[in-house]
Amino acid sequence: MKKLESTLPNMLVVLTLISVVAAGALAYVNEITSGPIEENKARTLAEGINSVLGVADAQVLETTEAEDSNGNPVVIYATNQGVAVQAIDPNGFGGKLSVLVGFSDEGAIKGYTVLEHAETPGLGAKASTWFQQGEKGDIIGKKPGEKELVVSKDGGDVDAITASTITSRAFLRAVNTAFQAYAGASAPDAQSGATAQQYPKSAPEEAAETTADAAAAPEGETQN
Amino acid sequence: MKYLKILFNGILKENPTFVLLLGMCPTLGTTSSAINGMSMGLATMAVLIFSNFIISCIKSLVPDMVRIPSYIVVIASLVTALQMFMQAFTPEVYKTLGLFIPLIVVNCIILGRAEAFAAKNGPVESIFDGIGIGLGFTIALTLLGGIRELLGTGKLFGATLYPENYGMLLFVLAPGAFIALGYLIAVVKKVAKI
Repeated sequence: MKKLESTLPNMLVVLTLISVVAAGALAYVNEITSGPIEENKARTLAEGINSVLGVADAQVLETTEAEDSNGNPVVIYATNQGVAVQAIDPNGFGGKLSVLVGFSDEGAIKGYTVLEHAETPGLGAKASTWFQQGEKGDIIGKKPGEKELVVSKDGGDVDAITASTITSRAFLRAVNTAFQAYAGASAPDAQSGATAQQYPKSAPEEAAETTADAAAAPEGETQN
Repeated sequence: MKYLKILFNGILKENPTFVLLLGMCPTLGTTSSAINGMSMGLATMAVLIFSNFIISCIKSLVPDMVRIPSYIVVIASLVTALQMFMQAFTPEVYKTLGLFIPLIVVNCIILGRAEAFAAKNGPVESIFDGIGIGLGFTIALTLLGGIRELLGTGKLFGATLYPENYGMLLFVLAPGAFIALGYLIAVVKKVAKI
């Protein structure tokens, strides 16, 4: 068969046809894959909540969506077995880094999992194991409310992933954000006394700032 | 016989990584471990087979002056479809490769084979060329990923062979990719005499 001439009508018709067919095919693929993709996401989340709380069958009772002080979304899952918070740091080495952190009633980290990341495989991608219990950068049991989690290079006490300080910083920022949201959200439960002053029952981001300042007292002045 | 020749042509004589030196970006970017390299190779192969086949089928309908945009639309649609399928049915692989999957669109192996082979040969030959080149790419990426993983972390396909502390981290990082690839090309050229 002879090739079609490169005349303007020919080119227009062919390109339009190809685009229409491609769009149709993609719409069809989207139709059959969107269900499983949603299911995967829901399952990953359910498994994530169980694993960060260290339980097998946490039921999500209440889901609260809020924003952190930089306007990134924070989702708080209150379950019958504890609270898990999903937080984001947009400045990982490969972009957005999304973590899910479980907290005990005392505000200590019970467990974490990295939900979404684009870090370097073999380096920053190690974040999903590096900070687990017994590993080099163990953060389990630490209380971000008493002392913000910071890598040792910046004067903190968490060992950064080898050759992946940027990832480690982003990860710890996300964990701190998660804690601030947790502290803000848990305020209404503890309304009396000092706790209420420390965690005023306003929007989570305001509570978050207050908490951070309470930890680092001198800066607290400038806030008011 | 003819088809076998096309197949082995892609694996050895025109191996995209060792001989044609095409698609260097995903080659260097994804091969931090053997399994990552292999998954990337297989994903590229899937796209390559379909794109070669479709382009070979539509080649006489596409006017010469718009062939590149037409091919790109075909390839981009295939990659997007692949991405959605992987996200839906192999979420674990998608999690490790997610970032690199869309980059298959601009992998010059695919457009290169479309231009150099599929646009001049029949659909069946084009499928075999896709399999051959895809296998060649997969083998190259798995080899390179295996070498980097072994030297850098002491593991191979995730199984620890020696303690990670003795690994040369350099090989997991970008410079290690260039060094390992350079030596690998030299060795392959010497051994295979190509």
